[in-house]
Amino acid sequence: MRNIREVNNPYGDDKVIDSCSLFGMMNVKGKRFPSKDPVRAISNMRERGNGLGGGFAIYGIYPQYRDAYALHIMYLDKETKKETEEYLKETFRVLLQEEIPTREAKVWNPPLVWRYFVEPKNSTIKAKNQTADDYVVENVMKINAKKKAFVFSSGKDMGVFKGVGFPEDVAEYFCLEEYEGYMWICHGRFPTNTPGWWGGAQPFNILDWSVAHNGELSSYGANRCYLEMHGYKCAMQTDTEVLAYTFDLLVRKHKIPIPLVAKILAPSLWDEIEFMNSSQSFILTALRQTYSSLLMNGPFSIIVAHQGEMIGLTDRIKLRPMSAAINDDFLYLSSEEAAIHIVSPTLDRMWNPAGGEVIVGSLESPKALEIPTIVKYARGT
Amino acid sequence: MKSYLLPEYILERDYARCNKCKICIEQCTYAVHRYDAINDAVHSRSENCTNCQRCVVFCPTHAITIRRNPNSYRENYNWTQEAILAVKEEAETGGIIITGMGCDKPGLTYWDKLLLNASQVTNPSIDPLREPIELRTYLGKKNDRLNFETNGGEAVLETELAPQLCLETPILFAAMSYGATNLNVHESLARAATECGTYFNSGEGGLHPSLYKYGDHIIVQVASGRFGVHPAYLNIGAAIEIKIGQGAKPGIGGHLPGEKVSEEIARTRMIPTGTDALSPAPHHDIYSIEDLRQLICALKEATEYSKPIAVKIAAVHNSAAIASGMVRADADIIVIDGFRGSTGAAPKIIRDNVGIPIELALASVDQRLRDEGIRNKISIIASGGIRNSADVVKAIALGADAVYIGTAALVAMGCTLCQKCYTGRCPWGITTTDPQISKRINPEIASQRLVNLLRAWSLEIKEMLGGMGINAIESLRGNRLQLRGVGLTESELRVIGVKMAGD
Repeated sequence: MRNIREVNNPYGDDKVIDSCSLFGMMNVKGKRFPSKDPVRAISNMRERGNGLGGGFAIYGIYPQYRDAYALHIMYLDKETKKETEEYLKETFRVLLQEEIPTREAKVWNPPLVWRYFVEPKNSTIKAKNQTADDYVVENVMKINAKKKAFVFSSGKDMGVFKGVGFPEDVAEYFCLEEYEGYMWICHGRFPTNTPGWWGGAQPFNILDWSVAHNGELSSYGANRCYLEMHGYKCAMQTDTEVLAYTFDLLVRKHKIPIPLVAKILAPSLWDEIEFMNSSQSFILTALRQTYSSLLMNGPFSIIVAHQGEMIGLTDRIKLRPMSAAINDDFLYLSSEEAAIHIVSPTLDRMWNPAGGEVIVGSLESPKALEIPTIVKYARGT
Repeated sequence: MKSYLLPEYILERDYARCNKCKICIEQCTYAVHRYDAINDAVHSRSENCTNCQRCVVFCPTHAITIRRNPNSYRENYNWTQEAILAVKEEAETGGIIITGMGCDKPGLTYWDKLLLNASQVTNPSIDPLREPIELRTYLGKKNDRLNFETNGGEAVLETELAPQLCLETPILFAAMSYGATNLNVHESLARAATECGTYFNSGEGGLHPSLYKYGDHIIVQVASGRFGVHPAYLNIGAAIEIKIGQGAKPGIGGHLPGEKVSEEIARTRMIPTGTDALSPAPHHDIYSIEDLRQLICALKEATEYSKPIAVKIAAVHNSAAIASGMVRADADIIVIDGFRGSTGAAPKIIRDNVGIPIELALASVDQRLRDEGIRNKISIIASGGIRNSADVVKAIALGADAVYIGTAALVAMGCTLCQKCYTGRCPWGITTTDPQISKRINPEIASQRLVNLLRAWSLEIKEMLGGMGINAIESLRGNRLQLRGVGLTESELRVIGVKMAGD
């Protein structure tokens, strides 16, 4: 039996390493737009991938099932599909299940990919005294443990489409021109030590959190130990997974504001902290002391998205590229400026954020184009 | 009784070079050299020589060579020269053989079997000459999480933080007591710790009031003898360390002979001048973990919860279980002192046979605390046998927050590991309280040597970190993927928690 873990890291290396192109595009008014621009932008960075992985996370894609969890699941065979569907029926109320439409394209060895709109059974989560989110996470982990099934995404009103091929071929394969969303996170992959498999392509998703990542964390061992201490199982052995769980822990569980999360992953240098005002330096010192094991050391640039928010961040000495731009109601994040220019020849503003500087695009921000990069700090009482 | 012992070393003098300046006579504290006025020549008594190399270094004409005594018993891998001499010595004295410094036996150092990683291609190594690499380390209890109240764009931290020690480099000076060493040594360590932004541990003999001004960089120790422990002492330090055990002599107390207890030392230790200072083997108020908890609590009360409390234990078979108990007893820092840990005086049989290597103890303690989800509640200092900056890096990758150095610090000041600290006649002026010999340590110069050592190690650590593509020391902590083992068995690899090199 093919074990997903073995597929993902066939030689048992310390972890899976890859390099990548990233592109994120968000309409901060929440207006949905088609695949044309995001696909064009990510395919413009073809040099950064090698055809062994491409993918898209699209938000605002299923307005008709806005309140249901949309599960995108890939299967290696029909047997597993049958088993998994029986399991889904036991654990969820399944509102709709259908095969995700595909067409011939230059992708490698495609698996079956289906989608399910599900709701946790109220009685079950009440009995288990769990939040619906925790219940979904638990069951996604259980399905992934089945070895021949893998959940691409499990958020509401969003979906991940990914596979082994160049991103534009993956888009072609999944007929992405049929979909619209207000936020697109795109990824092209260059796996270093794996042949590439469909589940290992990015964006990586859990609930409505998606992470597209480019880099290699030298701190992986330290980060992983800390997350494992907090109950996460790093089965995929990838940096991306570590980043996704870190966001889940810090934002969802510890409720730390995003700009401060950025200061944990990519903290200011001690020398800089010393010259800040006393409340700022107090808070940043507390963050570095408490969450020192979540400092993501080594090159990374990431685009993290969840419903209503797109976040861009690089490591603190910016060893991987990230450009940002704003045009009208659109916020762009990209590994290369050229990818932004090709979809939007005129821009209100284009800049290269400093290492560790977080970019947040939010639907909730009253003035959509004002990007809040840092909150004020105050000393606790 | 005629002694059958053989002199360990032979001192040879090149009479053609010797200009009879008598500096060797002045420098030797063991009366090896003597001037023969009749023949106008300097001669030596080799049987007194400890091979400390003091006379060699100070001889202006380089006339002295010290060699191991070539006389030896018939070769025998089982009954080594050392084993035979030990039996003869005990047969002659009827007493325990005492020695100084750490265990000198081969085959028990795992540092040399661990190799470090470096970045190639997929992530860039970082050049510390061009980019910042941070070594700052905070020791103390860390919260499970921070709670923020967000309030109109402001984030207010609601969590109360535990007191921390701030180290600019993850190396502290280990406990060496006033009495085992002298005030000049203490002052040198205190000054160097202050200049380098780290800490010096007072050891169990109290702290001379003239050093109180360095209090922000001193960890004061409370040991089973409670020497020199009073409210001002507890409050002057940046942290308090409860010494349960010591790697060189786990399960054994201490004995400072009355000859070393001068007036100043007696006053500092709060005992009568010239009396033996005996540290009991256990703390007689700690016979179980809840007793430890009470002492920790008492010290926290006495210092109004303003400083971290460390607990130092020797690395023994069940260190991991003890460590987890110490977290539950509310210690903020755990110090594990390994088999190679040094001492001023210990029974040789204990030093060379009791306890386990720091590498194994450290790995199992870190793993246990992670498994129990309490690793963040305590900082770990690894101690005993750290010889160079690579050992420091390997210790941190195995899970230590920082390391103590004792022997390395003494070597920086002049020590040559002759292992005769217990005689109180250290020719380098370190483990002696003799006022004349103590002057050989000039705090001005000795502290500079210590500062230089820490600077050199810090630079080397940055080079190694940069090579791994890491620019903050915390990203190395417990990051065992940066280590590989060579020449280790499967079970050694399992306990240390590293893969075989090439795997």
